Amino acid sequence: MAPRANAAPAAPARDPGRLRRRLLRLTVWALCLAPLGKMAYDGATGGLGANPVEAVLNRLGFWTITCLAASLAATPANDLLGWSGPLRVRRLIGLFAFAYACTHFAFYVVVDKFFDWRTIAGDLTKRPFIMVGFAALLVLLPLAVTSTNGWVRRLGHRRWKRLHRLVYAAAALAVIHFLWRVKADHRRPLLFAAAFGALLAARIPAWVRAAREPAPPRRGPRQAERV
Amino acid sequence: MATWKSDLRESEVTPEVLYLRRRDFLRLGAAGALAAALPAAAAPSGPSGPVLATSKSENLAGSEKPTPWDAVTTYNNFYEFGTSKEDPARYAGSLRPRPWSVAVEGEVKRPQVLDVDALLKAFPLEERIYRHRCVEAWSMVIPWVGFPLASLVAKLEPTSKAKFVEFHTLEDPDRMPGQRRGVLDWPYTEGLRMDEAMHPLTLLAAGLYGRVLPNQNGAPLRLVVPWKYGFKGIKSIVRIRFTEAQPRTTWALMAPSEYGFYANVNPAVDHPRWSQAKERRIGEFFRRDTLPFNGYAAEVAPLYAGMDPRKLY
Repeated sequence: MAPRANAAPAAPARDPGRLRRRLLRLTVWALCLAPLGKMAYDGATGGLGANPVEAVLNRLGFWTITCLAASLAATPANDLLGWSGPLRVRRLIGLFAFAYACTHFAFYVVVDKFFDWRTIAGDLTKRPFIMVGFAALLVLLPLAVTSTNGWVRRLGHRRWKRLHRLVYAAAALAVIHFLWRVKADHRRPLLFAAAFGALLAARIPAWVRAAREPAPPRRGPRQAERV
Repeated sequence: MATWKSDLRESEVTPEVLYLRRRDFLRLGAAGALAAALPAAAAPSGPSGPVLATSKSENLAGSEKPTPWDAVTTYNNFYEFGTSKEDPARYAGSLRPRPWSVAVEGEVKRPQVLDVDALLKAFPLEERIYRHRCVEAWSMVIPWVGFPLASLVAKLEPTSKAKFVEFHTLEDPDRMPGQRRGVLDWPYTEGLRMDEAMHPLTLLAAGLYGRVLPNQNGAPLRLVVPWKYGFKGIKSIVRIRFTEAQPRTTWALMAPSEYGFYANVNPAVDHPRWSQAKERRIGEFFRRDTLPFNGYAAEVAPLYAGMDPRKLY
């Protein structure tokens, strides 16, 4: 039986990968928090420009969609390049995407609109691009909640997997939100659309393979996998 | 007369920018010195560039504070130099505002080509402090330097067929890198109805804060129509054409459901994608209520008597 994640620490010599995994997670934490650090630094040095509220709101949105893309790159990286590292941190990156999405929305409510509920309600009901963005956030919510090992066990791996296919919907909604937000320069949103399209296409070989193989015999509840 | 040779070198001269800020340094002391240690955290720069003398100054923004020079010159929509707000300040250095001529064409007695310097000498320059409201729901207060468009139009003697005035921006992808992409249909085109063009508020601006207009603000000559959304303020004008038919303006062609010909500031008429009821005054945290006609209703509302305000977006 494989050692559980919180077992008594094995001597590093017997588990050399542990230090590397630790380092990987730390790196991901650092990379995902770096944009916030940059925002704070830019805020203090005037690097946010004359309209800092708009700049921060845009940056938070950009990092939401970037983290989403990064989390979606984990599976193809494993399928096509054999890298297992990204898979180990896929949940972490996905949760950061959710965190950025929440921060982006909170910033819109608190700082951009300052609790102007009338305008916010108007936005949520009259502006398609805002409705789509809010929908993306709502889709990410159950994914964040069920991201734990406990939930994988509770749902069973197959049902959990099916639920988490919603991430594709979230990605599509996020891109459309971005696309419909910009005034005339559609370059960046279209770049993300192309990236998501590529990440989706990169999954096709694995899907084709899985479709060809006969279904494996049910072995009972599985040990919680690295999600 | 004996000449005096100084042993001071030019490199020892205190840079003007520090010299002008010496009192700030004394006032701020250590804290200021520490803040200055952070990159780009030095005290915001004041107006720079050649001075433009003005014969008079009129404040049409009430008690509202003018937006600092830094913000006015680094937060711009000028897609000819890129679509980010910082792009024009970064890339507009390639624009050559001299030599510059403005072609006068169309329904006018004598079509001609005017040199911009001759134009600026022909009309006394005045300072006008106006509110400036972008369609994106942010706003500024800007002390423009210019002369009324009406003065120029009167001199050009349009014919009786002239119902509108059309303006074009320079089209030069070599100097304006943003024009290498078709993000908008170049050249940028704008227009006014004749009575709007002749209105005393309508300004041809050549400067701001008493200095020559920086490139990113539309050098050497731009339009300022304070009761309309900022995209009507066409920059870097090279052509003025008097027409019978209503000009087909760039943003109205780009997205007719979102941008119209009149573009009068109206808090009651939403942009399809956002409300126009409030605006973010650059430099302020809380949004403020948008005023009908950007606060110039008394001066311009009569122009639109009988017209459906919902159609004047």
